[in-house]
Amino acid sequence: MATTAKKSVNVNVRYVTRVEGHGNIVVNVKNGKLEKCELDIVEAPRFFESMLLGRRWDEASLITSRICGICAVGHASASVLATEDAMGIKVSEQTERLRRLNVYGETIQSHVLHVYFLAAPDLLGVGSVVPLVQTHPDVVKRALKLKKLANDMCGIISGRKVHPISMTPGGFTRIPTAAEILYIKERILDCVGDVVATVDLVAALAGKLPNFTRETEYEALYCPDEYALYRGTKLITTDGAECSNRDYKKIVKEKVVGHSSSKHVSNKRSSIMVGALARFNNNWKQLHPKALEAAAKLGLKAPCTNTFYNNVAQVVETVHSAYKALEVCDELLAAGLKDETPEVQVKAGRGVGLTEVPRGLLVHDYTYDDRGVITDANLIIPTGQNLANIEDDFRKFVPEVLDRSQEEITLGLEMLVRAYDPCISCSVHMLDVKFVG
Amino acid sequence: MSAKPKLAFFSFASCEGCQLQVINCEDELVALLGAVEIVNFREAIDERRDDYDIAFVEGSITRPEDEHEVKEIRERAKILVAFGACATIGGINAIKNFQPQEKVSQYVYGDQAATFPSYPARPVHDLVKVDLKLHGCPISKSEFLEACKCLLAGKQFTVPNYPVCVTCKLAENVCLYQKGMTCLGVVTRAGCDPMCPTFGNKCIGCRGLIDHPNVNAAFDVLEDLGLTLEEVTKDFTMFDGCHKEITEKK
Repeated sequence: MATTAKKSVNVNVRYVTRVEGHGNIVVNVKNGKLEKCELDIVEAPRFFESMLLGRRWDEASLITSRICGICAVGHASASVLATEDAMGIKVSEQTERLRRLNVYGETIQSHVLHVYFLAAPDLLGVGSVVPLVQTHPDVVKRALKLKKLANDMCGIISGRKVHPISMTPGGFTRIPTAAEILYIKERILDCVGDVVATVDLVAALAGKLPNFTRETEYEALYCPDEYALYRGTKLITTDGAECSNRDYKKIVKEKVVGHSSSKHVSNKRSSIMVGALARFNNNWKQLHPKALEAAAKLGLKAPCTNTFYNNVAQVVETVHSAYKALEVCDELLAAGLKDETPEVQVKAGRGVGLTEVPRGLLVHDYTYDDRGVITDANLIIPTGQNLANIEDDFRKFVPEVLDRSQEEITLGLEMLVRAYDPCISCSVHMLDVKFVG
Repeated sequence: MSAKPKLAFFSFASCEGCQLQVINCEDELVALLGAVEIVNFREAIDERRDDYDIAFVEGSITRPEDEHEVKEIRERAKILVAFGACATIGGINAIKNFQPQEKVSQYVYGDQAATFPSYPARPVHDLVKVDLKLHGCPISKSEFLEACKCLLAGKQFTVPNYPVCVTCKLAENVCLYQKGMTCLGVVTRAGCDPMCPTFGNKCIGCRGLIDHPNVNAAFDVLEDLGLTLEEVTKDFTMFDGCHKEITEKK
């Protein structure tokens, strides 16, 4: 590439927009040679692992849901799963169903927010959703309708999406009524057309996604009964690695890097990817038939190694979540809603809770003493696991687009970061922790 | 203020859930976007301008560089609104204030601790003048919208100065103390449509104390129920760790 051999590029994006949290892109190319390629995580560290020390079992999910506004239900889910694992607490089928419904709600709300509000503006050539209110009012209206549905689902089940109130170890402090579940079902049915229209919209725009591929190791939770979101029984990767939930460290290996307040994660390769695309690549066969139809329409086929298609996988998961949520509503209604009180016998031990939140695998790992007080805590957040992968993507992406203008390269890098739907304020406290004293 | 007021949203140490609550006003968002111009909102838009009238600040201040930034925001904004518990009272971030920062950093970052400096969380009013506080973790959407209407109309917006208990009684909830639970609703500022007690969980004090809480009477009630003072103050440390009157009581 003669034209790019001597090219120098300095990309320095302070605070990437349309992502959650504060991150900077720093890419330097000198005389055609890539010298620096980083996503700097500059978010204020929050120290959640330290905050958990000395707190009681019934406070953990309330505290940790505050790690993230977008995946608060996911944090509460991983948290109650960890506590239940530590204390050997069994939950009812009704609790499982309500939690799954809650996670479907959060998945829809997060994916719709990302696809419509954060990623789509790039494909429509605008800087945010605001101009679309004028130019594409129906699209904005549909996005808001779907988002509201998802928020209302979580609101009915756990009080609020940001931050859930009634999810607690052992179950829920309030059980929704049958009328409320029926209302959720009717609302989802009313949105089916909007879900289909979302698939059509993204199918029409998918051609504008950069044609960029890089093979990496895709990691996801696996559940024999269903496409794992709320919970699973083991961790798997597309490289054939697998481990039990409690042994997550066999795959999720962390290392410290200087330019990020979040540790990087990898397994055998230099990086690993989690999130919608990773889940799709591992577990696509378990998707709802309607979601598989959507994938075919969107041209998404496993294994897909185009990072930008994470947005497309999010749409497929939105379809899946809507149809699975309908099934769960029917199951709940058929069984009848029963008033249940969470039963907890406090005891000492270590517990691990793994959940697939919208951005990928989330790990909560607590150790309790015999009073039910946390003595050790480890939290691993999806975006933290993706950071090394993002930078590996940068390293392949930049040379491929070096013949373009600095503005185009910058936009390409920003879009690449956005494709991961990063949740930076979460990731800054994913660091491995060691209890001292 | 200009014809179409310019709004800006900023965040410091927080989960950005309060900004998300703004985007979650699905029924009102289009109308709001018609009434104001949003010139800075990193989580949602590319545009970044400094000519804003009203700044909404989320998050606690935990680093020297945050101080500089929040002071700049104060200088530029005609009205500064602290929104969400992290900004108004220190919120969840202040849990770490009860341990020495060195120990906190060491536990999370090990020998890299010095690379990521932080100090005990401070609410925004500790550093700059705050014109309005919208409490809660997260903020209440209806309170946010009501505050916006008042700000746009040049009217005073007042937050409730009575405890959650008042609204909980109106909601006809069974008192959680009757169920053998603890609850901070007796002294916590109302305005949340008592969501937590309504959903069967205790009030965890995310909106902070009312201005003149009858703390001693509250403690008497708790002690009558056989709860130790330590158990009670611990509840307050989940969100109100910066409130020394409460947390140093023991």
